[in-house]
This record gives sequence, structure tokens and C-alpha cells, in this order.
Amino acid sequence: MGKKVAIIGVGMSKFGELWDKSLAEISLEAGMYAIFDAQVRGKDIDGLIIGNMSAGRFTGQEHLGAQAADWGGLGNLPAYSVEAACASGGAAVRQAYMAILSGEHDIMLVLGTEKMSDVNQSMAMETISVASDWEWEGMFGATFPALYAFMARRHMMEYGTTEEQMSMVTVKNHKNAVHNPWAQFQRPVPLEVVMNSGLLADPIRVLHSSPISDGAAGLVMCSVERAKEFTDTPVYIESSRQAGDTLALHDRADICTMGAVVSSSRSALKETGLAIKDIDVFELHDSFTISEIIITEDIGIVKKGEGGKAIEEGLTEIDGKFPVNASGGLKARGHPIGATGVAQIVELALQLRGDAEKRQVDGVEKAMSVNIGGTGATSIVHILGR
Amino acid sequence: MAEKGVAQLWRKIKAIYTIQGDHCTTCDTYYFPPRVVCPQCRRKGQLEKYTFKGLGKIHTFAIVRQAPDTFKRQIPYIVAQVELDEGARLTAQIVNCDIEDVHIDMRVRSCFRKITEYGESGIIIYGYKFEPTMKVTGHE
Repeated sequence: MGKKVAIIGVGMSKFGELWDKSLAEISLEAGMYAIFDAQVRGKDIDGLIIGNMSAGRFTGQEHLGAQAADWGGLGNLPAYSVEAACASGGAAVRQAYMAILSGEHDIMLVLGTEKMSDVNQSMAMETISVASDWEWEGMFGATFPALYAFMARRHMMEYGTTEEQMSMVTVKNHKNAVHNPWAQFQRPVPLEVVMNSGLLADPIRVLHSSPISDGAAGLVMCSVERAKEFTDTPVYIESSRQAGDTLALHDRADICTMGAVVSSSRSALKETGLAIKDIDVFELHDSFTISEIIITEDIGIVKKGEGGKAIEEGLTEIDGKFPVNASGGLKARGHPIGATGVAQIVELALQLRGDAEKRQVDGVEKAMSVNIGGTGATSIVHILGR
Repeated sequence: MAEKGVAQLWRKIKAIYTIQGDHCTTCDTYYFPPRVVCPQCRRKGQLEKYTFKGLGKIHTFAIVRQAPDTFKRQIPYIVAQVELDEGARLTAQIVNCDIEDVHIDMRVRSCFRKITEYGESGIIIYGYKFEPTMKVTGHE
């Protein structure tokens, strides 16, 4: 129960198609902002973990830990990357959490990074689909949007979820991103435009899908005992939980629910002794808008099947009872795959500190992130508090 | 070193040409693709090779309209999760069916088709797709 590990600094690069910047440059940008924010010195940091899915395919570069430590002038500290598809960022945060909690590391820099726009769209689509069971899904023509279309179509049939409700998630997240200076799309989008946007894989349209993005996010984390040496406003990770599910979507009895999200969120709430109604702000993994709807149900904001109604009734609006994705989410902030899980924590830390400016939710005491990999084969949940 | 895809495809030709998976005699579950170990019984499991009959129904589907270069020539195409009669589910394209006609629970049977090819001089991948069953063939 209570505070486990402290977050003392946060940093972001801009998210978007950053043609003028390399993978190393955006990673360093986020990392340096996090270090400045924490007011630690480079030499205080004793470990570096990077969340990244596929730099090898997107840019041709692997061994990102060594690259960032070298370019960042952090010396010979232990540095490596972790991969769990779209949950790579969450996995990096969780690695650092465990390393600090164990006492092995003292002050760590956590980065999440992805540079997706260095390849063409075909290559990007192929690389994204390696997050699924490539040999048995992707190779047979199931693109990543098609796999989420599988879920959406069943959800529509079983629970009456509509295209309009899936589109309203986009409208909400774009509206929130207007006030996020790092977001890829800082502009609202009308419902009709979403509903008439091009089809990727029916019933999923372009504007139901997170974009191809470049971007990086960073955190400086340390033990609870040392946090006050560096900042008056540390925030704390109170729980970090992870669960898994089948890699291939077709191996799941029920594809309208993400079992890994159900178990990891339940177990995180249990560890903190909180109920879902005690959480004041959420960052949920809306790689496609149907996944925000499904996760809203799976973590218990509403009952199974009522996720569509929740968005319609404004429950998850920034001024609603359960604000979801005040940052704009993956849809509008952008989804540089490995960066997302870290960017979610950056947003929640700012919300807890009261530093989220125009997108600030009132009186945030507890916050939750859900970062999933693939079609839900990995789920990583963090609960943060002040 | 093998050419791109050659060994990767060759080693699973039986599985993707004939829909060969496994049957675990301990828990009586059918698996596709073939497994190394029964995920339910683990060391107590007894896996036997099993060739699926190739009949099933559509569990869910999507119409793909944007695809990587390897599938670009085929768009728009139907891709679906097919629930085989033995219980296992797999992901495959649905052919010989208009995109307006496909629906959940539609009965389908397997057919042998070209899946894709790796560029102009790359290898050609063959394997299973599915098509609507027809009364005339006795597959219902």
C-alpha cells in the first residue's frame, strides 16, 4: 500500500512527423527535459531504460540504450531497451520501478521512443503488424486495423455499439489535444468528418485510428526516500501491474474484452486499496477508438457493453466523472509506439502536480494508465498518486 | 542463409497447405496452428497431428481497404476469423464472396490459394483461404 517509487522529473519531445530530427535527437530531447525538470545532474543517474518497439525496422538502429547514454553524455551507466510492442513504454516504466524498488538502482532515466516516419507507409504498416501474431495473422492479410475491426464488429453485434460512438471518442480526444502543446494534432475535428473519413478496414476509418508518429517521452524516477531532495512536487507510483493474454486475437474465446486489462487493472486497484471511482483521471490506450471503449469497460468504469454509451453520455469527457485521455490520447497526441506508455505517465504526473495547464482536471489525487501491446496480449497498468 | 521467407515458409508447408494442427488427447482440444506443447495441459498433454476438415463459420470479419504492398493488389478484400467445426479459430481471407454479402456466422470451407508474393523475384506463398459453402458440393 501507498508510495512505492517516485517520479521527480518529466519531459517530452514534440509528437508528430518530425522529418528534421533523428531517433537519437528526439530521445535526447525528452530525456534532457526530464533531467532539467528533476534538477538532477547527469552523474546522479545510475541507469537508463528505453521503451521501444521496432527501431531496427523503422530506422535500422538497435542497441538504443548504448546510443542514448553515449549521445547524452551519461557515461558508462547500464543502459538497455525493453520491448512489449505498443506496451514497450509501460514496460520500461515498470522495469525502472522494479529496479528502484529492489534497491539495485537509485535514480533512473526512463525513455520511451519511436521514429516511425523514416519508412514509407507500406513498411510502417508491415512493422506495426509484427505486434500481432505475424505468421498466423499478418501474413494472411490481417492488417493491424483489421484486427481491431474484428473486435469492433463483434462489439457492435453483441452490444449494439455504433460507428457514431466510435467516432465520438475521436472527437473527444482531439478536443482535449487542442490544449496539449506536444500533441501531433492540436485541433478539433467535427463528428461528420470522422464519420466520413476513409475506411482502413471496415468498420474502422482513418480517424478511428492513431497516426504514424515520431516522438519520445522521458521520466526521472527514484526511491521515495530521496524524492524530496530534488523536488517539492514528486508524484508516486503506487502500483505497477502487468498481465498477458494470447498473442493471436483468434485464440481468445471472447474478443470483446481484453482479459489482460481486466486482470492487471483489478490487481493494481487491489494493491492500492482503491476502487475505480477513486481514480480522478485516466490515460487509456486508444490506438483505435474501439480500444478506448473496450478498456473503459474492462477496467470497470462501466459494465461490459456500455462503453459506447459512456462516451455518448459524456462520462469520459475532461469535465466528466471519469476523464479519459485529457492529453488527447494516442489518437490525437500521436502514437510513437514505444513512447506512448511513458507519455501516458508524463501526462498523469503533470495532472497530479497541477501542471497540466488548460487541460488540467480539477483536484487530481489518483491517476491510472492502461498501456496495451498488440491486440491486448500485454497490458500494463500504473496507478499514481501525490 | 535462406532467401527471404523460404525457410520460414517451407517449415510450415504442411500446416498452411492442408490446415494441419494438433489434437490434445488429454483435454480433447484441437489446436491450429500446430503447437509445441498443449497450453492447457502442458507436460500432461498428448499432442497428435490432426488435419482439419476445413469447414467452419465466420466469427468476425473486416474489409481491408489499405494494406502493405504485399497485399495492395488484392484490396478491397475480406479477412475474417473462421471458427472451424473442431473448435479452433484461425485468421484467413474470404474469397468467392462479394464484400456486401459476407456476414457473421456465414458457413465457409477452405480452399487452396495464392496468399501473396515477396516482390517480383521473391517466393510465392500459397495456403488456405475460405469461401462460402455451396449446397452442390454437399458442404453445409
